[in-house]
Amino acid sequence: MSGKIDDALRFNQTALNLRAARQELLASNIANADTPNFKAKDIDFASALKGALTGNSPKLAMAASAAAHLSGDAGKSVMGAQVQYRNAAQPSADGNTVDMDVERAQFADNALRYEASVKFVSDDIKKLLSVIQG
Amino acid sequence: MSLFNIFNISGSAMTAQSQRLNAVASNLANVDSATGPDGKPYRAKQVVFEATPMGGQAGVGVKVKAVVEDASPLKMNYDPKNPLADAKGYVAMPNVNPVEEMVNMISASRSYQNNVEVLNTSKNLLVKTLGIGQ
Repeated sequence: MSGKIDDALRFNQTALNLRAARQELLASNIANADTPNFKAKDIDFASALKGALTGNSPKLAMAASAAAHLSGDAGKSVMGAQVQYRNAAQPSADGNTVDMDVERAQFADNALRYEASVKFVSDDIKKLLSVIQG
Repeated sequence: MSLFNIFNISGSAMTAQSQRLNAVASNLANVDSATGPDGKPYRAKQVVFEATPMGGQAGVGVKVKAVVEDASPLKMNYDPKNPLADAKGYVAMPNVNPVEEMVNMISASRSYQNNVEVLNTSKNLLVKTLGIGQ
């Protein structure tokens, strides 16, 4: 029975975890707005969520036939989702690609969607409670 | 929990920006200091930021890598009555550029405010998360 409750909440739980991870990435971008040569990073949320739900990480694994071969793991990943560099519209002279307008907009958007997921989880729990208590 | 890590990331950025603001204050205060504790004119100080990994999955904070002295030439003022004047009557004055420092100050203050906003948003999200199921 508790497995079913888990299943009912799993989608929003995964979404919340990913939203929190993305929020951290965006906070890093905003924190490093003045750091020379810092490149803004983000994840593709839709494919990351799909990957996290199905358990398939979107990363491509490279075959290694000798010990000296490098793993195909290019760059960092967040919950199995590849962290990608943002295409900068107007990179600055010091090599920094953080565009504050984009970052702040994405940060606000991500925060709102996080709140939405919190609400959905809350409502799911209320629904389950009303079923249990009648 | 990545949302907690945002406190560290934005906190590190706020520390770095306030150090930058500190350097600006020092530079502006010493714009006319023709001599310092070492007997030489004051040289403008600039902070160098560096991205630094900060726990979590992909979180990157900021730290001040170094405080460097501006290598640009000192301003030579013609003032023969000054006791510090050289044989030709010139006094070496600090190489602080007040316009540059004011711009630096505004930039540091805006970046600081940005990080405060990020921190507040993350705090609100955490409070909302604690309220799940209530």
